[in-house]
Amino acid sequence: MTIERTDVQNAAHLARIAIDENSIDEFTQDLANILALVDQMQAVNTDNIEPMAHPTDAVQRLRPDQVTEVNQREHFQALAPATENGLYLVPKVIE
Amino acid sequence: MQWETVIGLEIHVQLATQSKIFSGSSTAFGAEPNTQASVIDLGFPGVLPVLNEEAVRMAVKFGLAIDANIDEKSVFARKNYFYPDLPKGYQISQFELPIVGKGYIEITLEDGSTRVIGVTRAHLEEDAGKSLHEDFHGMTGIDLNRTGTPLLEIVSEPDLRSAKEAIAYLKQIHSLIRYLGISDGNMAEGSMRCDANVSMRPKGQKEFGTRAEIKNVNSFRFVEKAINFEVERQIDLLEAGGKVVQETRLYDSTKDETRSMRSKEEANDYRYFPDPDLLPVVLDPAYIQSVRDSLPELPHQKRHRFVEQFNLSAYDADLLSTERETAEYFETVATAAGDAKLAANWVNGELAGALNRDNLELAQSPVSAEQLVQLLKRIQDDTISGKIAKTVFEAMWNGEGDADQIIETKGLKQVSDSGAIEALVDEVITNSPSQVENYRNADDAKRPKMLGYFVGQVMKASKGQANPKQVNQILLRKLNS
Repeated sequence: MTIERTDVQNAAHLARIAIDENSIDEFTQDLANILALVDQMQAVNTDNIEPMAHPTDAVQRLRPDQVTEVNQREHFQALAPATENGLYLVPKVIE
Repeated sequence: MQWETVIGLEIHVQLATQSKIFSGSSTAFGAEPNTQASVIDLGFPGVLPVLNEEAVRMAVKFGLAIDANIDEKSVFARKNYFYPDLPKGYQISQFELPIVGKGYIEITLEDGSTRVIGVTRAHLEEDAGKSLHEDFHGMTGIDLNRTGTPLLEIVSEPDLRSAKEAIAYLKQIHSLIRYLGISDGNMAEGSMRCDANVSMRPKGQKEFGTRAEIKNVNSFRFVEKAINFEVERQIDLLEAGGKVVQETRLYDSTKDETRSMRSKEEANDYRYFPDPDLLPVVLDPAYIQSVRDSLPELPHQKRHRFVEQFNLSAYDADLLSTERETAEYFETVATAAGDAKLAANWVNGELAGALNRDNLELAQSPVSAEQLVQLLKRIQDDTISGKIAKTVFEAMWNGEGDADQIIETKGLKQVSDSGAIEALVDEVITNSPSQVENYRNADDAKRPKMLGYFVGQVMKASKGQANPKQVNQILLRKLNS
Protein backbone atom coordinates (compact mmCIF):
# COMPACT_ATOMS: atom_id res chain seq x y z
CA MET A 1 0.00 0.00 0.00
CA THR A 2 1.33 3.40 -0.96
CA ILE A 3 0.60 6.66 0.74
CA GLU A 4 0.41 10.08 -0.89
CA ARG A 5 0.79 13.58 0.44
CA THR A 6 -2.98 14.05 0.05
CA ASP A 7 -3.62 11.03 2.33
CA VAL A 8 -1.54 12.68 5.03
CA GLN A 9 -3.36 15.97 4.58
CA ASN A 10 -6.73 14.22 4.73
CA ALA A 11 -5.83 12.23 7.84
CA ALA A 12 -4.55 15.39 9.51
CA HIS A 13 -7.75 17.22 8.68
CA LEU A 14 -9.97 14.41 10.00
CA ALA A 15 -7.96 14.34 13.24
CA ARG A 16 -7.94 18.15 13.41
CA ILE A 17 -4.14 18.20 13.62
CA ALA A 18 -2.44 21.22 12.08
CA ILE A 19 0.71 20.18 10.25
CA ASP A 20 3.32 22.38 8.69
CA GLU A 21 3.32 22.36 4.88
CA ASN A 22 7.10 21.70 5.01
CA SER A 23 6.76 18.61 7.17
CA ILE A 24 4.18 16.79 5.01
CA ASP A 25 6.88 14.94 3.03
CA GLU A 26 8.50 13.79 6.24
CA PHE A 27 5.18 12.51 7.66
CA THR A 28 4.42 10.79 4.37
CA GLN A 29 7.73 8.94 4.57
CA ASP A 30 7.20 8.02 8.27
CA LEU A 31 3.74 6.65 7.60
CA ALA A 32 5.00 4.77 4.52
CA ASN A 33 7.58 3.06 6.74
CA ILE A 34 4.87 2.07 9.23
CA LEU A 35 2.70 0.69 6.43
CA ALA A 36 5.66 -1.27 5.11
CA LEU A 37 5.88 -2.93 8.51
CA VAL A 38 2.16 -3.68 8.31
CA ASP A 39 2.70 -5.24 4.89
CA GLN A 40 5.43 -7.38 6.37
CA MET A 41 3.03 -8.60 9.09
CA GLN A 42 0.26 -9.19 6.53
CA ALA A 43 2.52 -11.76 4.89
CA VAL A 44 2.32 -13.99 7.96
CA ASN A 45 -0.14 -16.86 7.58
CA THR A 46 -3.04 -16.25 10.01
CA ASP A 47 -5.44 -18.96 8.83
CA ASN A 48 -7.49 -20.37 11.72
CA ILE A 49 -6.39 -17.59 14.05
CA GLU A 50 -9.22 -15.61 15.60
CA PRO A 51 -8.73 -11.83 15.30
CA MET A 52 -8.13 -10.15 18.67
CA ALA A 53 -10.04 -7.05 19.70
CA HIS A 54 -7.67 -6.43 22.61
CA PRO A 55 -4.08 -7.40 23.40
CA THR A 56 -4.99 -8.96 26.75
CA ASP A 57 -6.94 -12.18 26.57
CA ALA A 58 -9.54 -11.02 29.08
CA VAL A 59 -13.27 -10.40 29.15
CA GLN A 60 -15.10 -7.14 29.91
CA ARG A 61 -16.30 -6.82 33.50
CA LEU A 62 -19.74 -5.36 33.96
CA ARG A 63 -20.83 -2.94 36.67
CA PRO A 64 -24.21 -2.92 38.42
CA ASP A 65 -26.67 -0.30 37.20
CA GLN A 66 -26.31 2.13 40.09
CA VAL A 67 -25.90 5.89 40.25
CA THR A 68 -22.59 6.47 42.00
CA GLU A 69 -21.57 9.89 40.69
CA VAL A 70 -22.50 13.17 42.34
CA ASN A 71 -22.87 16.59 40.76
CA GLN A 72 -19.46 18.27 40.40
CA ARG A 73 -20.46 20.85 37.84
CA GLU A 74 -18.93 23.88 39.58
CA HIS A 75 -15.67 22.00 39.92
CA PHE A 76 -15.52 21.04 36.22
CA GLN A 77 -16.71 24.38 34.95
CA ALA A 78 -13.99 26.22 36.82
CA LEU A 79 -11.72 24.92 34.04
CA ALA A 80 -13.98 25.96 31.14
CA PRO A 81 -13.19 29.10 29.11
CA ALA A 82 -16.86 30.20 29.05
CA THR A 83 -20.05 29.05 30.79
CA GLU A 84 -23.52 30.47 31.28
CA ASN A 85 -26.60 29.15 33.12
CA GLY A 86 -24.76 25.89 33.71
CA LEU A 87 -23.97 25.42 30.01
CA TYR A 88 -20.52 25.26 28.46
CA LEU A 89 -20.23 27.91 25.75
CA VAL A 90 -18.40 27.13 22.52
CA PRO A 91 -17.96 28.99 19.23
CA LYS A 92 -21.22 28.87 17.31
CA VAL A 93 -21.82 25.63 15.44
CA ILE A 94 -24.34 25.63 12.64
CA GLU A 95 -25.15 22.62 10.51
CA MET B 1 -42.32 5.09 -15.22
CA GLN B 2 -43.48 3.00 -12.27
CA TRP B 3 -41.25 3.61 -9.26
CA GLU B 4 -40.69 1.45 -6.24
CA THR B 5 -39.87 3.06 -2.90
CA VAL B 6 -37.13 1.44 -0.81
CA ILE B 7 -36.84 2.46 2.84
CA GLY B 8 -34.55 1.36 5.64
CA LEU B 9 -34.84 2.78 9.16
CA GLU B 10 -32.19 3.36 11.79
CA ILE B 11 -33.86 3.72 15.15
CA HIS B 12 -32.04 4.93 18.24
CA VAL B 13 -33.64 3.84 21.49
CA GLN B 14 -32.51 5.27 24.83
CA LEU B 15 -32.39 2.38 27.29
CA ALA B 16 -34.19 2.95 30.60
CA THR B 17 -31.23 2.29 32.89
CA GLN B 18 -30.70 4.27 36.10
CA SER B 19 -27.08 5.09 35.28
CA LYS B 20 -25.12 5.69 32.10
CA ILE B 21 -23.66 3.02 29.86
CA PHE B 22 -20.03 3.56 30.94
CA SER B 23 -20.30 5.66 34.12
CA GLY B 24 -22.25 5.91 37.37
CA SER B 25 -23.93 9.22 36.39
CA SER B 26 -27.72 9.44 36.53
CA THR B 27 -29.69 9.29 33.27
CA ALA B 28 -32.77 11.09 34.67
CA PHE B 29 -34.43 13.39 32.13
CA GLY B 30 -34.78 17.12 32.73
CA ALA B 31 -32.04 17.80 35.30
CA GLU B 32 -30.19 21.13 35.50
CA PRO B 33 -27.62 21.36 32.65
CA ASN B 34 -24.34 19.51 33.20
CA THR B 35 -25.22 18.26 36.70
CA GLN B 36 -25.22 14.64 35.48
CA ALA B 37 -21.93 14.65 33.59
CA SER B 38 -18.97 13.00 35.35
CA VAL B 39 -15.28 12.81 34.45
CA ILE B 40 -15.95 9.74 32.31
CA ASP B 41 -18.78 11.42 30.39
CA LEU B 42 -16.64 14.52 29.92
CA GLY B 43 -13.77 12.46 28.53
CA PHE B 44 -11.13 13.51 31.03
CA PRO B 45 -7.71 11.93 30.51
CA GLY B 46 -7.00 8.76 32.44
CA VAL B 47 -10.59 7.68 33.09
CA LEU B 48 -11.83 4.19 32.29
CA PRO B 49 -15.32 3.35 31.00
CA VAL B 50 -16.95 0.31 32.65
CA LEU B 51 -19.94 -1.29 30.95
CA ASN B 52 -23.39 -1.23 32.62
CA GLU B 53 -24.76 -4.78 33.00
CA GLU B 54 -28.36 -3.64 32.71
CA ALA B 55 -27.70 -2.03 29.30
CA VAL B 56 -26.31 -5.37 28.12
CA ARG B 57 -29.30 -7.26 29.50
CA MET B 58 -31.75 -4.88 27.78
CA ALA B 59 -29.98 -5.24 24.43
CA VAL B 60 -30.05 -9.04 24.74
CA LYS B 61 -33.76 -8.90 25.66
CA PHE B 62 -34.48 -6.97 22.49
CA GLY B 63 -32.38 -9.35 20.41
CA LEU B 64 -34.19 -12.41 21.72
CA ALA B 65 -37.57 -10.76 21.19
CA ILE B 66 -36.84 -10.37 17.45
CA ASP B 67 -35.42 -13.91 17.15
CA ALA B 68 -31.97 -12.52 16.47
CA ASN B 69 -28.69 -14.24 16.73
CA ILE B 70 -26.90 -13.18 19.93
CA ASP B 71 -23.21 -13.74 19.37
CA GLU B 72 -21.24 -15.00 22.29
CA LYS B 73 -18.78 -12.18 21.77
CA SER B 74 -19.26 -8.53 20.90
CA VAL B 75 -16.78 -5.68 20.71
CA PHE B 76 -16.93 -1.92 21.30
CA ALA B 77 -15.32 0.41 18.79
CA ARG B 78 -14.56 4.11 18.59
CA LYS B 79 -16.40 6.16 15.98
CA ASN B 80 -14.27 9.24 15.47
CA TYR B 81 -15.67 12.67 14.67
CA PHE B 82 -15.53 16.17 16.10
CA TYR B 83 -18.52 17.99 17.44
CA PRO B 84 -18.79 20.12 20.60
CA ASP B 85 -21.42 17.87 22.20
CA LEU B 86 -18.99 14.92 21.98
CA PRO B 87 -16.15 15.86 24.34
CA LYS B 88 -13.98 12.79 23.74
CA GLY B 89 -13.79 13.31 19.97
CA TYR B 90 -15.21 9.82 19.49
CA GLN B 91 -18.40 7.97 20.31
CA ILE B 92 -18.10 4.51 21.83
CA SER B 93 -20.21 2.30 19.60
CA GLN B 94 -20.06 -1.15 18.04
CA PHE B 95 -18.93 -1.80 14.51
CA GLU B 96 -17.77 -5.22 13.41
CA LEU B 97 -19.25 -7.36 16.15
CA PRO B 98 -22.59 -5.91 17.37
CA ILE B 99 -24.36 -7.45 20.37
CA VAL B 100 -27.50 -8.30 18.34
CA GLY B 101 -27.23 -9.92 14.92
CA LYS B 102 -29.84 -10.48 12.22
CA GLY B 103 -33.45 -10.70 13.38
CA TYR B 104 -37.04 -10.21 12.23
CA ILE B 105 -40.06 -8.07 13.02
CA GLU B 106 -43.59 -8.84 11.90
CA ILE B 107 -45.69 -5.82 11.01
CA THR B 108 -49.47 -5.62 10.51
CA LEU B 109 -50.79 -3.28 7.83
CA GLU B 110 -54.12 -1.44 7.86
CA ASP B 111 -55.86 -4.12 5.80
CA GLY B 112 -54.90 -6.74 8.42
CA SER B 113 -52.19 -8.35 6.26
CA THR B 114 -48.76 -8.97 7.77
CA ARG B 115 -45.19 -8.64 6.46
CA VAL B 116 -41.88 -9.73 7.92
CA ILE B 117 -39.18 -7.05 7.98
CA GLY B 118 -35.54 -7.92 8.49
CA VAL B 119 -33.45 -6.28 11.19
CA THR B 120 -29.82 -6.21 10.07
CA ARG B 121 -28.37 -5.67 13.52
CA ALA B 122 -28.75 -3.77 16.79
CA HIS B 123 -25.77 -2.40 18.66
CA LEU B 124 -25.04 -0.63 21.92
CA GLU B 125 -23.54 2.84 21.94
CA GLU B 126 -23.43 6.02 23.99
CA ASP B 127 -25.57 9.08 23.33
CA ALA B 128 -24.00 12.51 22.72
CA GLY B 129 -24.78 15.75 24.59
CA LYS B 130 -27.08 18.50 23.42
CA SER B 131 -26.18 21.69 21.59
CA LEU B 132 -28.41 24.67 22.29
CA HIS B 133 -28.30 27.09 19.40
CA GLU B 134 -30.24 29.91 21.04
CA ASP B 135 -28.13 32.99 21.11
CA PHE B 136 -25.55 33.03 23.89
CA HIS B 137 -23.73 36.18 22.70
CA GLY B 138 -23.03 34.51 19.37
CA MET B 139 -21.96 31.26 21.03
CA THR B 140 -23.52 27.80 21.33
CA GLY B 141 -24.47 26.33 24.71
CA ILE B 142 -23.55 22.71 25.49
CA ASP B 143 -25.38 20.47 27.97
CA LEU B 144 -23.62 17.14 28.50
CA ASN B 145 -26.22 15.48 30.75
CA ARG B 146 -27.29 13.20 27.90
CA THR B 147 -23.70 12.23 27.11
CA GLY B 148 -23.19 8.54 27.80
CA THR B 149 -26.89 7.61 28.05
CA PRO B 150 -27.13 4.05 26.70
CA LEU B 151 -28.56 3.74 23.20
CA LEU B 152 -29.59 0.70 21.23
CA GLU B 153 -29.33 1.46 17.53
CA ILE B 154 -31.66 -0.81 15.56
CA VAL B 155 -30.89 -1.00 11.85
CA SER B 156 -33.49 -2.45 9.50
CA GLU B 157 -32.91 -4.10 6.16
CA PRO B 158 -34.08 -2.02 3.17
CA ASP B 159 -37.28 -4.08 3.25
CA LEU B 160 -39.87 -1.33 3.67
CA ARG B 161 -41.77 -0.26 0.55
CA SER B 162 -43.90 2.71 1.64
CA ALA B 163 -44.21 5.36 4.33
CA LYS B 164 -47.14 3.37 5.76
CA GLU B 165 -44.98 0.26 6.14
CA ALA B 166 -42.21 2.33 7.71
CA ILE B 167 -44.67 3.67 10.29
CA ALA B 168 -46.05 0.19 10.99
CA TYR B 169 -42.47 -1.02 11.58
CA LEU B 170 -41.63 1.97 13.77
CA LYS B 171 -44.80 1.43 15.82
CA GLN B 172 -43.99 -2.26 16.17
CA ILE B 173 -40.53 -1.42 17.55
CA HIS B 174 -42.12 1.16 19.83
CA SER B 175 -44.61 -1.41 21.09
CA LEU B 176 -41.89 -4.02 21.58
CA ILE B 177 -39.48 -1.85 23.58
CA ARG B 178 -42.33 -0.81 25.87
CA TYR B 179 -43.47 -4.42 26.39
CA LEU B 180 -39.90 -5.35 27.23
CA GLY B 181 -39.61 -2.38 29.59
CA ILE B 182 -36.29 -1.37 28.06
CA SER B 183 -37.37 2.16 27.06
CA ASP B 184 -40.36 4.48 27.40
CA GLY B 185 -40.10 5.13 23.64
CA ASN B 186 -41.07 8.78 24.09
CA MET B 187 -40.30 10.38 20.73
CA ALA B 188 -41.03 13.93 21.89
CA GLU B 189 -38.40 13.64 24.64
CA GLY B 190 -35.96 11.94 22.28
CA SER B 191 -35.93 8.51 23.95
CA MET B 192 -36.73 7.10 20.52
CA ARG B 193 -35.31 8.77 17.40
CA CYS B 194 -35.56 7.73 13.80
CA ASP B 195 -33.43 8.25 10.69
CA ALA B 196 -34.88 7.08 7.38
CA ASN B 197 -32.89 6.01 4.32
CA VAL B 198 -35.05 6.55 1.25
CA SER B 199 -34.32 5.62 -2.36
CA MET B 200 -36.30 4.92 -5.52
CA ARG B 201 -35.83 2.35 -8.25
CA PRO B 202 -37.78 1.48 -11.40
CA LYS B 203 -40.27 -1.26 -10.54
CA GLY B 204 -38.74 -4.64 -11.25
CA GLN B 205 -35.13 -3.45 -11.02
CA LYS B 206 -32.97 -5.36 -8.59
CA GLU B 207 -30.26 -2.82 -7.79
CA PHE B 208 -31.05 -0.11 -5.28
CA GLY B 209 -31.07 3.55 -6.29
CA THR B 210 -28.97 6.21 -4.54
CA ARG B 211 -30.40 6.97 -1.12
CA ALA B 212 -30.83 10.09 0.94
CA GLU B 213 -30.88 9.87 4.73
CA ILE B 214 -33.46 11.90 6.64
CA LYS B 215 -32.23 12.62 10.15
CA ASN B 216 -33.90 12.74 13.54
CA VAL B 217 -37.59 13.12 12.89
CA ASN B 218 -39.37 13.33 16.23
CA SER B 219 -42.89 11.94 15.80
CA PHE B 220 -44.63 9.10 13.95
CA ARG B 221 -46.63 11.59 11.90
CA PHE B 222 -43.53 13.54 10.86
CA VAL B 223 -41.68 10.34 9.86
CA GLU B 224 -44.55 9.54 7.52
CA LYS B 225 -44.70 13.08 6.12
CA ALA B 226 -40.93 13.34 5.71
CA ILE B 227 -40.78 10.05 3.79
CA ASN B 228 -43.71 11.03 1.58
CA PHE B 229 -42.08 14.36 0.80
CA GLU B 230 -38.76 12.68 0.04
CA VAL B 231 -40.39 10.10 -2.26
CA GLU B 232 -42.08 12.89 -4.24
CA ARG B 233 -38.86 14.89 -4.42
CA GLN B 234 -36.82 11.96 -5.70
CA ILE B 235 -39.40 10.92 -8.30
CA ASP B 236 -39.63 14.50 -9.61
CA LEU B 237 -35.84 14.68 -9.75
CA LEU B 238 -35.44 11.32 -11.53
CA GLU B 239 -38.24 11.95 -14.01
CA ALA B 240 -36.70 15.30 -14.91
CA GLY B 241 -33.53 13.40 -15.82
CA GLY B 242 -31.68 14.34 -12.63
CA LYS B 243 -29.80 12.21 -10.14
CA VAL B 244 -30.33 11.68 -6.42
CA VAL B 245 -27.26 12.71 -4.42
CA GLN B 246 -26.24 10.60 -1.44
CA GLU B 247 -26.59 13.06 1.40
CA THR B 248 -28.10 13.74 4.80
CA ARG B 249 -31.32 15.75 4.77
CA LEU B 250 -33.18 17.45 7.57
CA TYR B 251 -36.99 17.42 7.82
CA ASP B 252 -38.56 20.81 8.53
CA SER B 253 -42.01 20.16 9.99
CA THR B 254 -43.19 23.77 9.70
CA LYS B 255 -42.55 23.82 5.94
CA ASP B 256 -43.20 20.07 5.49
CA GLU B 257 -40.07 19.55 3.40
CA THR B 258 -36.61 17.96 3.62
CA ARG B 259 -33.48 20.05 3.08
CA SER B 260 -29.92 19.09 2.31
CA MET B 261 -27.79 19.11 5.49
CA ARG B 262 -24.39 17.87 4.48
CA SER B 263 -22.93 15.68 1.81
CA LYS B 264 -21.71 12.28 3.02
CA GLU B 265 -18.28 12.25 1.37
CA GLU B 266 -16.31 13.74 4.19
CA ALA B 267 -18.69 13.26 7.09
CA ASN B 268 -18.74 9.49 6.72
CA ASP B 269 -15.05 8.83 7.36
CA TYR B 270 -15.35 7.69 10.97
CA ARG B 271 -12.17 5.58 11.15
CA TYR B 272 -13.66 2.95 13.45
CA PHE B 273 -11.26 0.85 15.50
CA PRO B 274 -11.71 -1.39 18.57
CA ASP B 275 -11.77 0.71 21.76
CA PRO B 276 -8.67 -0.25 23.75
CA ASP B 277 -10.40 0.90 26.97
CA LEU B 278 -12.98 -1.87 26.71
CA LEU B 279 -12.53 -5.62 26.52
CA PRO B 280 -14.69 -7.92 24.42
CA VAL B 281 -18.08 -8.65 26.00
CA VAL B 282 -18.63 -12.38 26.36
CA LEU B 283 -22.09 -13.79 27.13
CA ASP B 284 -22.46 -17.41 28.07
CA PRO B 285 -25.40 -19.51 26.85
CA ALA B 286 -26.83 -19.92 30.38
CA TYR B 287 -27.03 -16.14 30.75
CA ILE B 288 -28.75 -15.78 27.37
CA GLN B 289 -31.21 -18.52 28.36
CA SER B 290 -31.99 -16.78 31.66
CA VAL B 291 -32.81 -13.58 29.76
CA ARG B 292 -34.95 -15.56 27.33
CA ASP B 293 -36.87 -17.03 30.27
CA SER B 294 -37.60 -13.54 31.58
CA LEU B 295 -39.32 -12.34 28.39
CA PRO B 296 -43.01 -11.43 28.70
CA GLU B 297 -45.57 -12.45 26.09
CA LEU B 298 -44.71 -10.21 23.13
CA PRO B 299 -47.07 -8.07 21.02
CA HIS B 300 -47.05 -10.35 17.97
CA GLN B 301 -47.61 -13.40 20.19
CA LYS B 302 -50.56 -11.69 21.87
CA ARG B 303 -51.90 -10.66 18.49
CA HIS B 304 -51.90 -14.24 17.22
CA ARG B 305 -53.39 -15.54 20.47
CA PHE B 306 -56.19 -12.94 20.40
CA VAL B 307 -57.14 -14.03 16.88
CA GLU B 308 -57.13 -17.72 17.83
CA GLN B 309 -58.48 -17.61 21.38
CA PHE B 310 -61.02 -14.82 21.00
CA ASN B 311 -61.82 -15.10 17.31
CA LEU B 312 -60.99 -11.43 16.70
CA SER B 313 -60.12 -9.89 13.35
CA ALA B 314 -56.42 -9.27 12.68
CA TYR B 315 -57.15 -5.55 12.77
CA ASP B 316 -58.86 -5.62 16.19
CA ALA B 317 -56.17 -7.94 17.56
CA ASP B 318 -53.44 -5.58 16.34
CA LEU B 319 -55.06 -2.52 17.94
CA LEU B 320 -55.56 -4.36 21.22
CA SER B 321 -52.05 -5.80 21.45
CA THR B 322 -49.96 -2.74 20.59
CA GLU B 323 -49.82 -1.52 24.18
CA ARG B 324 -49.38 -3.97 27.01
CA GLU B 325 -51.82 -2.03 29.22
CA THR B 326 -54.54 -2.10 26.55
CA ALA B 327 -54.05 -5.83 26.02
CA GLU B 328 -54.38 -6.50 29.74
CA TYR B 329 -57.43 -4.24 30.06
CA PHE B 330 -59.07 -5.99 27.11
CA GLU B 331 -58.36 -9.47 28.46
CA THR B 332 -59.81 -8.59 31.85
CA VAL B 333 -63.00 -7.28 30.24
CA ALA B 334 -63.28 -10.08 27.66
CA THR B 335 -62.82 -12.81 30.26
CA ALA B 336 -65.17 -11.33 32.86
CA ALA B 337 -67.88 -10.41 30.35
CA GLY B 338 -67.48 -13.69 28.45
CA ASP B 339 -67.89 -11.93 25.10
CA ALA B 340 -64.61 -10.99 23.42
CA LYS B 341 -66.14 -9.31 20.39
CA LEU B 342 -68.28 -7.04 22.59
CA ALA B 343 -65.24 -6.27 24.76
CA ALA B 344 -63.07 -5.52 21.69
CA ASN B 345 -65.71 -3.19 20.26
CA TRP B 346 -65.94 -1.23 23.49
CA VAL B 347 -62.20 -1.04 24.15
CA ASN B 348 -61.34 -0.06 20.56
CA GLY B 349 -64.48 2.07 20.21
CA GLU B 350 -65.92 4.11 23.10
CA LEU B 351 -62.92 3.74 25.41
CA ALA B 352 -60.20 4.47 22.81
CA GLY B 353 -62.31 7.35 21.47
CA ALA B 354 -62.76 8.92 24.90
CA LEU B 355 -59.06 8.51 25.77
CA ASN B 356 -58.11 10.08 22.47
CA ARG B 357 -60.55 12.96 22.86
CA ASP B 358 -59.31 13.80 26.36
CA ASN B 359 -55.69 13.05 25.47
CA LEU B 360 -55.28 10.47 28.26
CA GLU B 361 -53.22 7.32 28.65
CA LEU B 362 -55.11 4.15 29.49
CA ALA B 363 -53.59 4.18 32.98
CA GLN B 364 -55.43 7.49 33.56
CA SER B 365 -58.80 6.20 32.34
CA PRO B 366 -61.66 7.21 34.64
CA VAL B 367 -63.42 3.94 33.71
CA SER B 368 -61.64 0.85 35.02
CA ALA B 369 -61.83 -2.59 33.39
CA GLU B 370 -64.08 -3.79 36.23
CA GLN B 371 -66.46 -0.87 35.73
CA LEU B 372 -66.67 -1.54 32.00
CA VAL B 373 -67.44 -5.19 32.73
CA GLN B 374 -70.45 -4.15 34.83
CA LEU B 375 -71.70 -1.98 31.99
CA LEU B 376 -71.33 -4.77 29.42
CA LYS B 377 -73.16 -7.18 31.73
CA ARG B 378 -76.12 -4.81 31.74
CA ILE B 379 -76.18 -4.92 27.94
CA GLN B 380 -75.96 -8.70 28.01
CA ASP B 381 -78.82 -9.15 30.49
CA ASP B 382 -80.98 -6.67 28.54
CA THR B 383 -81.14 -4.12 31.36
CA ILE B 384 -80.07 -1.50 28.82
CA SER B 385 -79.63 -1.36 25.05
CA GLY B 386 -76.27 -0.83 23.37
CA LYS B 387 -77.31 2.71 22.55
CA ILE B 388 -78.24 3.63 26.12
CA ALA B 389 -74.98 1.98 27.22
CA LYS B 390 -73.07 4.73 25.43
CA THR B 391 -74.93 7.32 27.50
CA VAL B 392 -74.11 5.38 30.67
CA PHE B 393 -70.46 5.12 29.60
CA GLU B 394 -70.27 8.89 29.12
CA ALA B 395 -71.66 9.38 32.65
CA MET B 396 -69.16 6.87 34.06
CA TRP B 397 -66.37 8.70 32.23
CA ASN B 398 -67.52 11.93 33.89
CA GLY B 399 -67.28 10.33 37.31
CA GLU B 400 -71.01 9.98 37.98
CA GLY B 401 -70.58 6.49 39.44
CA ASP B 402 -70.82 2.84 38.43
CA ALA B 403 -73.04 1.57 35.64
CA ASP B 404 -75.74 0.26 38.02
CA GLN B 405 -75.88 3.52 39.97
CA ILE B 406 -76.18 5.59 36.82
CA ILE B 407 -78.86 3.35 35.30
CA GLU B 408 -80.81 3.57 38.56
CA THR B 409 -80.53 7.32 39.23
CA LYS B 410 -81.09 8.36 35.61
CA GLY B 411 -83.93 5.87 35.15
CA LEU B 412 -82.33 4.36 32.07
CA LYS B 413 -83.51 0.84 32.69
CA GLN B 414 -84.77 -0.81 29.56
CA VAL B 415 -88.51 -1.35 29.53
CA SER B 416 -89.04 -5.09 29.29
CA ASP B 417 -92.53 -5.00 30.69
CA SER B 418 -94.44 -6.42 27.73
CA GLY B 419 -97.65 -4.69 28.74
CA ALA B 420 -96.02 -1.28 28.64
CA ILE B 421 -94.38 -2.04 25.30
CA GLU B 422 -97.65 -3.30 23.86
CA ALA B 423 -99.31 -0.04 24.79
CA LEU B 424 -96.60 1.91 22.96
CA VAL B 425 -96.85 -0.37 19.91
CA ASP B 426 -100.62 0.07 19.80
CA GLU B 427 -100.23 3.81 19.98
CA VAL B 428 -97.75 3.85 17.08
CA ILE B 429 -99.96 1.58 14.96
CA THR B 430 -103.00 3.75 15.58
CA ASN B 431 -101.10 6.89 14.66
CA SER B 432 -99.61 5.51 11.43
CA PRO B 433 -102.54 4.14 9.41
CA SER B 434 -101.00 4.71 5.97
CA GLN B 435 -97.67 3.05 6.93
CA VAL B 436 -99.60 0.11 8.38
CA GLU B 437 -101.57 -0.27 5.16
CA ASN B 438 -98.40 -0.11 3.02
CA TYR B 439 -96.79 -2.69 5.24
CA ARG B 440 -99.67 -5.09 5.05
CA ASN B 441 -99.82 -4.75 1.26
CA ALA B 442 -96.08 -5.34 0.83
CA ASP B 443 -94.62 -8.76 0.08
CA ASP B 444 -92.51 -10.67 2.60
CA ALA B 445 -89.21 -9.62 1.08
CA LYS B 446 -89.90 -5.93 1.60
CA ARG B 447 -91.46 -6.15 5.02
CA PRO B 448 -88.35 -6.38 7.21
CA LYS B 449 -87.07 -3.08 5.83
CA MET B 450 -90.44 -1.39 6.41
CA LEU B 451 -90.55 -2.68 9.97
CA GLY B 452 -87.64 -0.39 10.80
CA TYR B 453 -89.94 2.62 10.70
CA PHE B 454 -92.22 1.20 13.39
CA VAL B 455 -89.33 0.08 15.57
CA GLY B 456 -87.89 3.60 15.35
CA GLN B 457 -91.21 5.16 16.35
CA VAL B 458 -91.68 2.86 19.34
CA MET B 459 -88.09 3.39 20.50
CA LYS B 460 -88.58 7.13 20.19
CA ALA B 461 -91.81 6.99 22.17
CA SER B 462 -89.98 5.01 24.89
CA LYS B 463 -87.07 7.48 24.91
CA GLY B 464 -84.79 4.68 23.77
CA GLN B 465 -85.56 2.54 26.78
CA ALA B 466 -87.77 -0.16 25.31
CA ASN B 467 -86.12 -3.52 24.83
CA PRO B 468 -85.58 -3.58 21.03
CA LYS B 469 -85.93 -7.38 20.82
CA GLN B 470 -89.35 -7.27 22.49
CA VAL B 471 -90.43 -4.31 20.40
CA ASN B 472 -89.63 -6.31 17.31
CA GLN B 473 -91.51 -9.36 18.48
CA ILE B 474 -94.63 -7.48 19.52
CA LEU B 475 -94.67 -5.38 16.35
CA LEU B 476 -94.37 -8.46 14.17
CA ARG B 477 -97.15 -10.20 16.01
CA LYS B 478 -99.50 -7.20 15.74
CA LEU B 479 -98.70 -6.17 12.17
CA ASN B 480 -98.73 -9.65 10.72
CA SER B 481 -101.97 -10.68 12.42
